[in-house]
Amino acid sequence: MRKKGMLDPSVVSKAVGGAFQKLDPRTLWRNPVMFVVEFGSIITTVFAVMSAFQHTGFWFNLQISLWLWFTVLFANFAEALAEGRGKAQADSLKKTRNEAVANRLRSDGTTETVAAIDLVKGDTVVVSDNETIPSDGEIVQGVALVDESAITGESAPVIRESGGDRTGVTGGTRVLSGTIHLRITANMGDTFLDQMIAMVESSSRRKTPNEVALGILLIGLTALFIVVTITLRAFAGYMSVTVAVPVLVALLVCLMPTTIGGLLPAIGIAGMDRLIEHNVIALSGRAVEASGDVSVVLLDKTGTITLGNRMATEFLPAEGVTEHQLMDSSVLASLADDTPEGRSIVTLAKQKLGIRGRDIRAPQGSTFVPFTAETRMSGIDYGDQHIRKGAVDAIEQWVEENGGQFPDTVHALVDGVARQGETPLVVSDGALVMGVIRLKDILKQDIKERLGQLHVFGIKSVMITGDNPLTAAAIAAEAGIDDFVAQARPETKLDLIRRYQANGSMVAMIGDGTNDAPALAQADVGVAMNAGTQSAREAANLVDLDSNPTKLLDIVEIGKQILITRGSLTTFSIANDVAKYFAIIPAIFAAKYPQLAMLNVMHLHSPASAILSAVIFNAVIIPSLIPLAMRGVQYHPSSANALLWRNLTIYGAGGLALPFVGIRLIDVLLVAIRVVR
Amino acid sequence: MLERSLVAIVPFIIVLTICAVFLGRYLARVFQGQHTFLTPLVGGIERGLLHIFGVRQDEEQTWKQYAISLLLFNALGLCFLFILQLVQQWLPGNPQHLGAVRLDTAFNAAVSFMTNTNWQSYSGETTMSYLTQMLGMTVQNFLSAATGISVAIALIRGFVRRSTNSIGCFWVDLTRALVYVLLPMALVLSLVLVSQGTVQTLRPTVALTTLEGQVQRIAVGPAASQVAIKHVGTNGGGFFNANAAHPFESPNPFTDLLLVFSLLLIPAALPFTFGEMLGDRKQGTALFLAMLIMFSIGLGISLHYELAGNPALAQAGVAGGVNMEGKEQRFGPIMSTLFAQSTTVTSTGAVDSMHDSFTPIPGLIMVFNMTVGEVIFGGVGVGLVGMLLYVVLTLFIVGLMIGRTPEYLGKKLEPREMLMAVVGLLGPPIAMLLMAGLAFSIPSAVASAANTGSHGMTEIIYACASAAGNNGSAFVGLNANTPFYNVGLALLMLVGRFATILPGLAIAGSVAAKKRVQSGVTFSTTSTLFVFMLIFVVTIVGGLTYFSPLVLGPLLEFLKLR
Repeated sequence: MRKKGMLDPSVVSKAVGGAFQKLDPRTLWRNPVMFVVEFGSIITTVFAVMSAFQHTGFWFNLQISLWLWFTVLFANFAEALAEGRGKAQADSLKKTRNEAVANRLRSDGTTETVAAIDLVKGDTVVVSDNETIPSDGEIVQGVALVDESAITGESAPVIRESGGDRTGVTGGTRVLSGTIHLRITANMGDTFLDQMIAMVESSSRRKTPNEVALGILLIGLTALFIVVTITLRAFAGYMSVTVAVPVLVALLVCLMPTTIGGLLPAIGIAGMDRLIEHNVIALSGRAVEASGDVSVVLLDKTGTITLGNRMATEFLPAEGVTEHQLMDSSVLASLADDTPEGRSIVTLAKQKLGIRGRDIRAPQGSTFVPFTAETRMSGIDYGDQHIRKGAVDAIEQWVEENGGQFPDTVHALVDGVARQGETPLVVSDGALVMGVIRLKDILKQDIKERLGQLHVFGIKSVMITGDNPLTAAAIAAEAGIDDFVAQARPETKLDLIRRYQANGSMVAMIGDGTNDAPALAQADVGVAMNAGTQSAREAANLVDLDSNPTKLLDIVEIGKQILITRGSLTTFSIANDVAKYFAIIPAIFAAKYPQLAMLNVMHLHSPASAILSAVIFNAVIIPSLIPLAMRGVQYHPSSANALLWRNLTIYGAGGLALPFVGIRLIDVLLVAIRVVR
Repeated sequence: MLERSLVAIVPFIIVLTICAVFLGRYLARVFQGQHTFLTPLVGGIERGLLHIFGVRQDEEQTWKQYAISLLLFNALGLCFLFILQLVQQWLPGNPQHLGAVRLDTAFNAAVSFMTNTNWQSYSGETTMSYLTQMLGMTVQNFLSAATGISVAIALIRGFVRRSTNSIGCFWVDLTRALVYVLLPMALVLSLVLVSQGTVQTLRPTVALTTLEGQVQRIAVGPAASQVAIKHVGTNGGGFFNANAAHPFESPNPFTDLLLVFSLLLIPAALPFTFGEMLGDRKQGTALFLAMLIMFSIGLGISLHYELAGNPALAQAGVAGGVNMEGKEQRFGPIMSTLFAQSTTVTSTGAVDSMHDSFTPIPGLIMVFNMTVGEVIFGGVGVGLVGMLLYVVLTLFIVGLMIGRTPEYLGKKLEPREMLMAVVGLLGPPIAMLLMAGLAFSIPSAVASAANTGSHGMTEIIYACASAAGNNGSAFVGLNANTPFYNVGLALLMLVGRFATILPGLAIAGSVAAKKRVQSGVTFSTTSTLFVFMLIFVVTIVGGLTYFSPLVLGPLLEFLKLR
């Protein structure tokens, strides 16, 4: 899904409105830190009003009140802005879908027109050319070319058909051509789109365990600082200093973790948003964060690591046969072979022989022999020539049936190829063995690089393949895979996941087929291809709209980024407190105890300017950090120690130092524009 | 002068570390039910005691059962000690014919000894009968220390075990802590003390005729046995009001050093027990190092200021030099500062000098030691528990900052652990601040302090910190034997004690139930970076909480003196 920019005017103006709406205490209590700040703002406002009548400190109290209100508004704005970005897209999508109508199939075979929103799970609808798919479903009949650009942003249409692993379609996408019968798989409110919207709306978003834990810490700190400020009045009283209530509230708000408290909802929402930008829909926020902890990834060989098909890469003629002769026979045997392997043999031969175009034709009167499970060979018969190609044992049998002798030299060639983990295909003309074709698995582009990144994350990659162990080992070595399971059966995945989990590993898996569903459900992070079957999509907790299996890496990165952003801003927020103490405590006490003026290390102008500067810094730091919260803290895969050092330096040490500079600058500015004396 | 102190202190720390390592391993064997060199001697007693309680050696409890057993046991101890003080006048073992203890004082004392605080608002030798001291105080000294060790062991088990809901059995742990650890150590220590001249007798007083011909009665009593356990068990309640400064408790510099050593020993050994039971000794070493570094920094600062003396005196033209006020000539400033630092970090509370008379910055360090929750070695058992709560907090932040669900030793730290850590770490400070705030708001409570201004502030803050940290030492100068302080501080002691123990046990239960997650790249909790992160978190939590009272009390006093 393509996003509008962060500062899109319509989104911003909506967010401003949202910031005020969110002042409602009935919704604000969900964010306890900001709820307390709002309460403090009300108290200072009351004091400001009272002081207006008493003619003492009105101007100061008013300014404190205003900036406290701004603190709440800024935090609300951050949340509203994060929500707005995702919602804008989702809303327009929702609208087209809600306006859509559907042709529901009656039991007697006729159709009726109903509104899309009235569809329920289990209904069957018929969708034809240029119609919008009314809801999520599974194709039970037919094949169609579907334009999924509305959700994936990908303009190239895709084929979806009944049977197999490409049956799922999403409500809101459009059929370009073809007619399909669709069984609806989700009620309104539970569809993909609804879930997507729910993840970016704070009110309906379920907090992840990490968020809850951080929330507990923030509430604890808030409670502590409430007590700290209340008791300060008693301590000060004992020391014959009276502290005005607005000053106490100002100190409280400055000490409370308002920065992280204000930005926390925005960080979570923006994280989900970034996933959507990567065309991944998270069905649970928990899974996104769990993806940051994954220690084992299960990958299918076919389609994920390799291109899916083996390709001919070399002709190895038998003794007494030239390469040219072998190529001739191979091409003839493969002319009618429509499999990717067969086509790759023809292509390779053409390349080697320097032939272009379609100038290879089958000889007159020839008959093709298709591959069958019994013979396990394919080939061509013409005249007295019977050319066959196939696996070594099948050809060996064929040669012996034709009264020939399978030469040992060819056995040696076959073994050589197999030892390198590649597939030998033997070609024979009657009883005469012509030679061996080397078929090789071709790795996907840059897969090795991406698997290398997994290593940096400390994630172990495990390849699952039906190949024999030798082939599997060779591919694993070439792609840089840590481990592999060869000769795997469908249930192998589930067993494997359970085994890893019993060892305490967190397992991620990517799948698309129906037989992947149990494994996807068992995995800690299950990523389903959008093109996959509905059962796979339901079992998974993340859906990749692009159906790109290496997407897991992006998910891991985003998951980590969300956590890092939260952690860094928490550290920053707490580190800020030191400077605020040094601003406010001398401001309160230095008049009575001049010795404490030495704590005024920022040389702030006056008590009023010091307190006001601290409050203003505390407020404006929230909007200044909105871009960071939305974008996420920069993250490069590196060791845990390096990462920690980096973030501690920037957000810990930076969080200590920045407010000293910031509060001082604000103080200078306030004095310059004569807001305070 | 500072260099000279290193000559004494560095070997002391080295010997302490070596002994702590071996004791730590011994403790691990004891609590895992393995054979030790003491088993032939005390194994029979252990089995006998467990038989009486009707508990099998391999019995297991869930954390809730463990906690309920502990609470019941402690409640019984509290009631017993409370009633004992009220009826001591009718009981034997009261040669001085002391009357019943005042109700609020008795409540305070009962809570104080049950919670391992040993805050004494009364003067021991003139308030408590020998029977009360021995059957009440001394017994609680053993039991409260054994309770603390049990909790630490249960929490360690939580991290060691996986996918189980049991964390051991309180009765077994308690019995083992008593017969394998506390009783033998106290016995050995008291014999050494007696050999050095510490008093141990049941005679009430010694009468002697002074040079002026007057008859002076000197209080004596069964001191050595109580002194031994008050140090080994980090209790701190002296037999005499002057505590370890009294020559009958600690006759010479050797016994003084020995007392410091013995109060640090078990708290310093428990991190090693932790590493040993985990099968990963480095984990324990890291925690020990964090404690040792904080201990050393505090000690270094205190020594610096004590040896520099009081600037006000120097300005007045009085001979400068070290600050000797409130110190025993026999021990001198270095030993006294080491003692003060050790007694405040370990929640012991025994004193060999008057903390009130230290210069302001060492006073600040002492308050800080107590207010961070007594985790720099800390009280027996609970010190390690408190430190592990800080570890949970530290690793939560660290985990987030490296983009992983926070974990410690393969156990994921989730909302439940966070909630418990927050309650355990922030509960006592909140209660302490509320109590201190209340004290400053009540004129009569303020009047109890001997001084006004900053020093009076420190006196009251110190008392509250001492109670909340279950330390029990007094800054002196505050007459706390009033109903307000007796009841308020008693409640504070209860919060300080059980807001650490119960969250500790809850975490033990919840992490024991978790499986151990193996992770690829993770943050090493044995690295230098971790040790410093932990120190930083402890410091910043303490600093942010107590900034204002520390500034207004000791810091302001320091600035005024300059």
